[in-house]
Amino acid sequence: MSEGIIYWLQQALNALQLGSIYALIALGYTMVYGILTMINFAHGDVFMIGAFFCFLLSSTLNLTFVPTLLLTMIGTAILGVLIERLAYKPLRQAPRVSAIITALGVGMFLENFTLALAPYPKHIPMLLENVTWNFYGITLSSIQLVIISLSLGLMLLLDYIVQRTTIGMAMRAISWDKTFVPLMGIPVDFIISITFAIGAGLAGAAGTMYALAYPVIDPYMGIMVGWKAFICAVVGGIGNIRGAMAGAFILGTVEIMVVAFFPSTFRDFVAFTLLMVLIMVRPYGILGKPRIQKV
Amino acid sequence: MNKNTNLQLEVCNLEVHYDGIQALHGVSFTINKGEIVTLIGANGAGKSSILRAISGITPFNGDIIFEGQNLKSVPAHAIVGLGIAHVPEGRGVFGNLTVKENLQLATWQRKDKEAINSDYEHIFTLFPKLKLRARQLAGTLSGGEQQMLVVGRALMSRAQLLLLDEPSMGLAPKLVQDIFSIIQEINAAGTTVLLVEQNANMALRIATRAYVLEVGHVVLTGSGLDLLGNPRIKAAYLGT
Repeated sequence: MSEGIIYWLQQALNALQLGSIYALIALGYTMVYGILTMINFAHGDVFMIGAFFCFLLSSTLNLTFVPTLLLTMIGTAILGVLIERLAYKPLRQAPRVSAIITALGVGMFLENFTLALAPYPKHIPMLLENVTWNFYGITLSSIQLVIISLSLGLMLLLDYIVQRTTIGMAMRAISWDKTFVPLMGIPVDFIISITFAIGAGLAGAAGTMYALAYPVIDPYMGIMVGWKAFICAVVGGIGNIRGAMAGAFILGTVEIMVVAFFPSTFRDFVAFTLLMVLIMVRPYGILGKPRIQKV
Repeated sequence: MNKNTNLQLEVCNLEVHYDGIQALHGVSFTINKGEIVTLIGANGAGKSSILRAISGITPFNGDIIFEGQNLKSVPAHAIVGLGIAHVPEGRGVFGNLTVKENLQLATWQRKDKEAINSDYEHIFTLFPKLKLRARQLAGTLSGGEQQMLVVGRALMSRAQLLLLDEPSMGLAPKLVQDIFSIIQEINAAGTTVLLVEQNANMALRIATRAYVLEVGHVVLTGSGLDLLGNPRIKAAYLGT
């Protein structure tokens, strides 16, 4: 193979890794928006808490990768449900801006709570043996392979849950119109809790995988990654699950390509500009549909 | 007074408020097993509020007793499990779900898989159009088909009491006929029906008994046929 093709395939692989992590987080934003039309701005910090859970489990309890991942996902899922029950549910009838401000507050609480307990950046121990393989000049690391395949697996699982199970059906029904869902005998609060649990669980998985790839973590790591994942969700069409996945891989690709051509400081500037242009052209996102406002 | 053993639903002094505006001022009425009871009245008389209170999606004062159980503190999703199904006004299909999924949603609390499958067949024989469109998104159905879907969906919960809010609204006269004969069929199969209708003429023809509502009060009651012949009803609701 020519050098050019090898170079591009290598970049595509890197984009896939970055996009996978964005996708796992973007799904949480889009699912919560889908059923509550609310942006959960604390979601990026749930991802950060996931990375810290991963740190605690792996360095303090010396757990290996699989139990660390599973317990982290369970931990963040419980955190997500608690956040919804304690902070958002009491405000469900309140003006939307109250819920948004509360979400920002919850995010700051999580950051500063973590900062108080862990004032210095933490190093995650090596959870996986880092092996690299070389295929015709393209290098693939075991960490990359795990991140990409696990993320794709989780996304397929989520897609199955949403499209094929009765819980997923209830989620879709709530996103269409919440008022009549109880008339089907479906407890709406339970479905909302499940949604938060799944979204936060995926953020926990993303936190663990991020910690695998970039093993130094700090309490503010969720802010930028959270914003970017939120933008992925908007670009894909907020509320649309497949859209969030598409948006994440687009942003991952853009970021990797910018770094390939420009100084790396240009990355976020170019990425955000491109995304703003895309939003101007398609305000409802790539896979989103313009919803007619019901009167 | 001898105790009525046929009594299925008893509504006592029902009051409903929306943001400080009172929609119902102490409404009382009863429904017996196997009846078709209709509530008639102008827009804003409070008919829909009564149904919403019974199915638990609107908070209320007063008492609603179904099969001896007070529904006051029962959440809406549990009321379905007790045997009350509500077909809301304006259809309320989930347009992003397929026809089959809409029907399936209503079986959320049921565990009897085989009976559920035979109920699908039953719904599809009642409404053959729905069978043809089973895999289509409900949002793509015509108004009449959507109405059939919501009635079918309510039946999937195996309700003993069916609350129907304006099932004829926006339908062509032929379809209105169809819907009313299906209501009678469902009733003949043993389901009690509480019917709210603007089309008082049709509703009174099939009703066992009727209650007339005006601005949140029951002002008149009688059998369907009596009210059809009542001059006051004729002038106010039948346009004759």
